[in-house]
This record gives sequence, C-alpha cells and structure tokens, in this order.
Amino acid sequence: MKEILKDLIRHKIGLFSLITILILVVLALFAPYLSPYDPFEINVNEILLPPSFKHPLGTDLLGRDVLSRMIYASRISLEVSLVAVGISIGIGVFLGSLAGYLGGMVDQIISRFIDIMLCFPTIFLILAVIAYLEPSILTIMIVIGATSWMGVARLVRAEILSLKERDFVLIARVYGAGTFRIIFKHLLPNALPPILVSASLGLGQAILIESALSFLGIGVQPPIPSWGNILIEGKETLEVAWWLSVFPGFAILITVLAFTLLGETLQEILNPRKEIK
Amino acid sequence: MIIFLLRRFLTLIITFFGITIISFSIIHLAPGGPLSPFTEFNPKITPEYREKLIKMYGLDKPLYIQYWNWLKGIAKLDFGKSFSLDQRPVWDKIKERLPITIFINALSLILILLFSIPLGVYSAVRAGSVFDRITTVITFIGYAMPSFWLAIILMMIFGVKLQWLPISGLHSTIGYEEMTTLQKIWDWTKHLICPLFVATFGGVAGVLRYVRNSMYEVLKADFILFAKAKGLPDKVIIYKHALRNALLPLITILGLSLPGLVGGSVIFETIFGIPGVGQLMWQSVMARDYPVIMANLFLISLLTLLGNFLADIGYALADPRIRLENK
Repeated sequence: MKEILKDLIRHKIGLFSLITILILVVLALFAPYLSPYDPFEINVNEILLPPSFKHPLGTDLLGRDVLSRMIYASRISLEVSLVAVGISIGIGVFLGSLAGYLGGMVDQIISRFIDIMLCFPTIFLILAVIAYLEPSILTIMIVIGATSWMGVARLVRAEILSLKERDFVLIARVYGAGTFRIIFKHLLPNALPPILVSASLGLGQAILIESALSFLGIGVQPPIPSWGNILIEGKETLEVAWWLSVFPGFAILITVLAFTLLGETLQEILNPRKEIK
Repeated sequence: MIIFLLRRFLTLIITFFGITIISFSIIHLAPGGPLSPFTEFNPKITPEYREKLIKMYGLDKPLYIQYWNWLKGIAKLDFGKSFSLDQRPVWDKIKERLPITIFINALSLILILLFSIPLGVYSAVRAGSVFDRITTVITFIGYAMPSFWLAIILMMIFGVKLQWLPISGLHSTIGYEEMTTLQKIWDWTKHLICPLFVATFGGVAGVLRYVRNSMYEVLKADFILFAKAKGLPDKVIIYKHALRNALLPLITILGLSLPGLVGGSVIFETIFGIPGVGQLMWQSVMARDYPVIMANLFLISLLTLLGNFLADIGYALADPRIRLENK
C-alpha cells in the first residue's frame, strides 16, 4: 500500500488527481467550517447576484450562496458515490468469485445474468426502478450500486479463473481449506489491484450518474444541494445567471476527471505486465 | 459457421427471456403490486374500482400466468394503455418517437466513427507526439464530461449569447409548414447541431482511445516489422496491414457501447426538447406512467440486444479466427 502511494506521488498525473481528491475530501469533511454562509439560508435581498468578493460564486434564485451550496454538495456526491461503489464492488466480488471458482452451471447462470444486465442502458434501468421508489439519497445510492456491478463481476471472475489452478490454491485445498477461505484468503487478494482500479473509475462514474439523476429531478431532492440540482436552476436562468451553470458543471468535470485519472494511473502502476507509456 | 450462428442465436433467445423476466420483475417491484402507485395517490379510485382494475389487468392470477399473459401481449406489441390523461395505447406513443431516437443515434454513431478512426490512427502512428498528447487530454475530458452540462454550455454560447442556433425542438414551430424542402432540411440541421454534438462527444472519447491503443499494439506486431523489412512504404503498412487488424475488434466495442449511447438520449432529448423515446422515458417517470416506462425499458434493451447480436455476427464474418475457434 505504501509503495503504491509512493509511486502515485511520483507520477505527475497521479499526483494531480490525488491532490484534487484530497481537496474534495477536506471540503466535504469540514463543510460546516469552510463554507462562508449557511447553504440553506434564503435571502430575498440577494437574489441572483453575480460573483463578487462577498459571494465568490454568486447567489441563486433564492439568494443562497452558491459557493456554500457547492461545498455541501461535494459531501452528497462523495457519500453517494462511495456507498454506491461499495455496493457494486460487494455484489461484483461475490458473484464474480462464485462464478470463477465454482465454474460449471453456476458460472453459466451468473455469466448469462451479467450479459442480460448489460443489455439495459443504465440510465433507462435506473429511471425505471426509481419510478417505483421515493427519490432519496439512499435510493439512488442503492440503485446506482445495484446497476453497476457487472464490470467488477466479470473482472473478478476472469482473475479467479486464471488463478484457481495454480499450485498455491491446490496446496490450500490439500490442507483442507474451505471454498470461502480459499476465495477470500488466497484468491481475492491477488485480484485486488484490478478491483482498486475499477473502484476508482467507478467512483467517477457514480458521481456522473448521481449528478445526471439530480439534474433530471429524480436524484438528490432540493433543498439538499447537489451539483446536479444546482444545474437545474442554471438551465432555467441560462440567459441571466451564467454562474449557476458554469461552476457546478465544472466541479463535476474536475472531480470525475480526477477519479478517472487516478484509476488510469493506478492501472499503470499496479499492472507490471503493461508497458508504461 | 452455421454452428457458430446457432450458438449465438441460442444465447440471443436466452438473453431475450432474461430481459423479459427482469422487466417483468421491476413491474412487480412496487410494494402492493404494479397498480398501487396509480391507485394510492388517486382519491377518485374507490376500493371497488380498484378491485375491478385488478381483475381487468389480471393481477389476481398467479405470477407465472401474469408473466405469460404479459409475454403474449408484447408479442402483439400490446403494452397496455398509458396512465396519462389521453389513455392512448403505449405502443402508439412509442411508435411515433422511436424513429427520431434511432435516427439521431445512428447519425451520431456515424459521426463518432468518422472522427475517432482517423484521429485515433494518427495518434497511434505519431505516438508520444504533441498531437497524440492533445487527443489523449481530449479523450479524458470526454470521459469525465457531464453531457447535460455540455448541453447547457452549448445552449448558453450558441443559443443565448451568439443566437446562432435554436436551443429546443427538432424544427421551428412558427412558419415550418411554409418552408420549402431545402429550407426544412436546413432548419432540421440547425436544430440538430447541438444535440448531435452532445451525443457524439462522449462516444468519440471512448472509441478514439480504443482505436489508438489497438493501432498502437498492432504496429508493434511482428508482421508489421516484417512488412517494414520487406521495404513496403509506410502508407501501405499503416492503411493496408495495420488498420485492418486494429479495427476488427472495433465492431464488438461499438456493440458494447450501444447501451451508453442510447442511454444518453434521455439526457439530450430532455434538455433540447426533442420528442424521442428518451424524452418520453423521462416524462413518464416524472408522471409515474408505468406502462410506458416498462415498454420503453423493454424495447430499448431489446434494441440493444439486437445491436450486440449483429455486432457479434459482423465480427465473426470479418474475423475467421473467431468463428473457427467457436466450433
């Protein structure tokens, strides 16, 4: 782990993404101390003010400070994406390792199930499920997680398939280790690097999906701020308040970029077979 | 080849039934059954009427019979009636919108190929050059770009600030009838520029990177070295020997990227007010119009499945290694 961190810091792009993510985490953790105003406080005298010293990123339709709302929104985005990715990795690792290790009929059924799930365009699937549930932060975490595990499952399956005939697994089996012990103790640690990479890429994707859902009005519900739902107002006030659409979108772009680049860098560092270019 | 086709067809059938089962399960996901969201929020619906509805939709029967009836219905393209005020058959609503979504997605697929193949090949040939680095940066931005934000920014610049392009709809509403055919085409083009740009941008990023990496790998292969040793000109090596091999797997990648492309329709159709299936999906989710939602989900995934199937067949036709290996 320490080695990976060292390599990351030495890598220019890795360092950039690490710093960006670190800033974001600090903002999210210390939101109440770092945001200049209360993100929920409505002020009718300060409606749609352009960026100024008093309000660095302007104010919105209800006179709320956009910077403060965006800082609080980073909390929501990180929370949602972390839980969603946690769920998707959990499902993916579970089904992937079962399919890879047990093989045969189990593998057939799980692999087929993955193929079927991949036929549904994610947004359509999420929309259909959310239509039946109350939109809430918990709902979107679960729904995003439950619809994005297929990549991880395939990856874990392939990794375990390639490892399970190796000598160290045979020895473990000779010593009488059970299926779950072999999977968790001996096989999964070897699959950790690619899982780490796809978790990082997944975090970016989850933030992208969350903000898209919030923008469509079925994700995080106002007054709770999310980068996506600030953009709804941005679209409505396109002609008069550019700051309401430019800043939140830019925040999404930079955040997703950071997670994606972190994932890519990790892949380069962790994969000894791949030539570093 | 025939065996390969049969096997692929068999998986197609299995996947098709899987899609129907998952779609059907989502209908029954709602606590209290598929009718509850419709009836619970509606004070006009008395318990007696509710009973009648349950009988009418056959919801009192066992699940497997309901599934079978639902399957029989969709075989006849009968998805029931919309919950909305007009109560039109769901298929009629989708039928008039499907061509628009397919048209825009097909167009954007063509544009994606048109941009990403030459740019990707050039990046690979000049690997490490300034050009290669710039395309890499653009690729990552394309990956991370929230498409709805891109759409809003385009609207702001070209619609509001410069007033060059219209920002909503497929064609003008005023004076459209009086236009000549040429004017109509120009009107459509102007309306489609922004949505197409949004639909294409993310796709170019993915495919470009793929073409570049695939081409880069192929250029390092032994047979390329051999072609060079024979003294063949670079042009022949790149376009005749390398490109063919690099582009083969692209067929599969395109098939796999179909769901993402189609999924994007929800976003750009909603923002730009384009009357396609994506916008319908969003509207019916907002209105909780379940029959329309389910039919949409089912039809879109069916189209994706067919697209994947065609891509697989195409790949096998193009690459003998695949169809022979699967014997």
